Amino acid sequence: MSLKRKSTGEKIFDVFNHAILVAVATICLYPMIYVLFASFSKPSLLAKHRGILFYPLGFTLKGYQLVLENPNIASGYFNTIIYVVVGTGLSLLLTAFGAYALSRKDLLWKKQIMVLITFTMFFSGGLIPFYLVVMQLKLINTRWAVILPSLISVWNLIVMRTSFQSIPESLIESAKIDGANDFTVLFRIVIPVSGATMAVMTLFYAVGQWNSWFNAMIFLRDRDLFPLQLILREILISNDANAMTRVQDASQLVDTDFYKMLVKYCTIIVSTAPILCLYPFLQKYFVKGVMIGSLKE
Amino acid sequence: MKWDLVRRDFKKNKYIYLMVLPVIAFFIIFSYWPMYGVIIAFKDYSPGKGIFGSDWIGLKNFTDFFSSYYVGRLIRNTILINIYDLIWGFPAPIVLALLINEINSRVFKRTIQTISYLPHFISLVVVCGIIIDFTATDGLITTILSYFGVKPTNLLMRPELFRTIYVSSGIWQGVGWGSIIYLAALSAINPNLYEAAMIDGAGRWRQTIHITLPSIAPTIIILLILRLGSMMSVGYEKIILLYNSSTYETADVISSFVYRKGLQESNYSYSTAVGLFNSVINFVLIIVANFISRRVSETSLW
Repeated sequence: MSLKRKSTGEKIFDVFNHAILVAVATICLYPMIYVLFASFSKPSLLAKHRGILFYPLGFTLKGYQLVLENPNIASGYFNTIIYVVVGTGLSLLLTAFGAYALSRKDLLWKKQIMVLITFTMFFSGGLIPFYLVVMQLKLINTRWAVILPSLISVWNLIVMRTSFQSIPESLIESAKIDGANDFTVLFRIVIPVSGATMAVMTLFYAVGQWNSWFNAMIFLRDRDLFPLQLILREILISNDANAMTRVQDASQLVDTDFYKMLVKYCTIIVSTAPILCLYPFLQKYFVKGVMIGSLKE
Repeated sequence: MKWDLVRRDFKKNKYIYLMVLPVIAFFIIFSYWPMYGVIIAFKDYSPGKGIFGSDWIGLKNFTDFFSSYYVGRLIRNTILINIYDLIWGFPAPIVLALLINEINSRVFKRTIQTISYLPHFISLVVVCGIIIDFTATDGLITTILSYFGVKPTNLLMRPELFRTIYVSSGIWQGVGWGSIIYLAALSAINPNLYEAAMIDGAGRWRQTIHITLPSIAPTIIILLILRLGSMMSVGYEKIILLYNSSTYETADVISSFVYRKGLQESNYSYSTAVGLFNSVINFVLIIVANFISRRVSETSLW
C-alpha cells in the first residue's frame, strides 16, 4: 500500500507508538488481572506481598467457596436478574411505544410532546423532590422503586424514534390497508426491521440496570431486595464483614482479616466475570449504539 | 368544529394515543412532578404538611446556603474537578484515537481497542472498590508510587490527592470508550487526501497536523462545547463512593452535598434549594453552550 519507504523518524515513531499502545492496553487490563491473581492467592502470602503480582501466590479456592456460599451474593444476583429482566423488558416496551407514536405523523401535538420530553434532559427537579415523589407514590422499599423511576431514557427514546422514522412509510401504509392496527404494525413490522437498534437499546438498558445501585440504596431498606451492586458496595466500599459471609461464619472470620481481603477479590471476579466474558462479543453493538447516538437526525 | 376533528382523530388513531399515554405519564410523574416539588426550596417543608401545605419562607434557604461556610468550598470543588477533567480527561481519547489510527496492522488495532473498552464495562461500584484497594496503605498503586519516593499512606485519606484519583480513574475507565467516536470520524477521512499529501512529500507528522486534525476538528469542537455545558455538574455516585469526612475539603461537590444534607440528614427544603441553584446554572450553561455551538459549527442539540 505505502507509496514510499518509511523514513527513519517514522520507523522510530512506529516503535514508540506500538510501545505506548501496549502500555495503555496493559494499564487497562492489568487491574483485573491483579484482582484475578489475588483471588486465587493464599491470603497469608498475599498479606505479606507488596506491589505487582505476576502470578497467584500459592493456590486456593477458599475465597470462591466463601463467596459462592454467601447468601447475600446469591440473593443479590437473583434480585439483579429480576431488575434487569423486568426493567429492560418494560423499558423496551415503553420506549418502543413512545418512539413509534412520536414517529407517526398522525399524532396530534407531536411537537409539544417532544419538547415536553426533551426538556427533561436539561432540567430536573433534583434529587430531593424526586425522592419525595417516589415516597408519595408509596414505592419505598418495593422492587418497583428500582424499576419504575428509570424506565425511559430520553436519549434512547430519541435514538429509537430516529431509527423508526427511517422505515419507509409505504411499508406501514400497506400493512394498514390490509387491516393491521398500530400495535400489529409496531410488533410485526417496525420492531422486526429495526433489529440492530433494538439490540443496542436492549444492551444499553440492561447494562444500565445491571450497574445501577444509587436508587436501590436510597429507596430500599430490606436486604432481601438489594441488587448485586448494593451488596458489592457493602463488601467493597463499606468493608462490612457481615455482608461478606454467611451469618454463622462471621464470628469465625472477624479474626481472619486475611480472608476479608480474599473475599473482596473473589467477589469482584464473581460479579464482573459474566460481563467481561460477554462484552468482546457484544462490543460491535455497543459501538453501533455510540455511532447511532452521535448522528443527528 | 375543531374538537370534532380531534375526536375523529382520536378514534381513528386510538392505538397511537394509547401507546403515547404511558410515556407521557412516566415523564409527568417522574420528571415534572419533581419539578413542581422544587417549590419546597422556598418553603419550610415538613412531611406532615406535605409539599402544598408547608409554610412559605421565601429565599431563606438560599440565603442560608450562600452565607454558609460550605458554599465556597462546594462551588470551588465542583468547578475544579471539572477543570481538571477537561484538561486531562478531554484530550485523552483524542490522543488515543490518533495513536490507534497510525497503526497499520488490523489485528493489533482491534486488540488494543477491545482491551481499552474493558474498564467501561466494569460497574462503578467495582471500579471504586478496586480504587480503594489499590490506594490503601499496602495497595498496588501506593506501593508502585513508593518506588518513586512517595511515603506509603492511604491515598484516599489525603485531600490533596482526591481530585487526581477521581480524574485519573475516570480517564482509565473512559478513555477507550471515548475514542470510539473519534476513530469513527478518523475513518471517514478521504484517503485521497493522504495520498496527495504524500506525493507532495508531507511526512506523517505533517499529515496529522494538516489533514487528520482539521478533519476531526468539528467532532472535537462539538464534544468540547457540550463538555463546557456541563461544567457545573459532577455526578454524586462516584464521589460518595470514594470520599470520606477527611477529604470533604476537596471532594465534596454540590451534588454530593445535596445527597448528604437531604437524604442522610433529612434537610429536605435546604438541600432542594441547593440542588435547584445547581440545576439552574447547569441549564443556563447548556443553553449558552448550545447557542455557541450553533454559531460556531452549525450543529446544535436543538
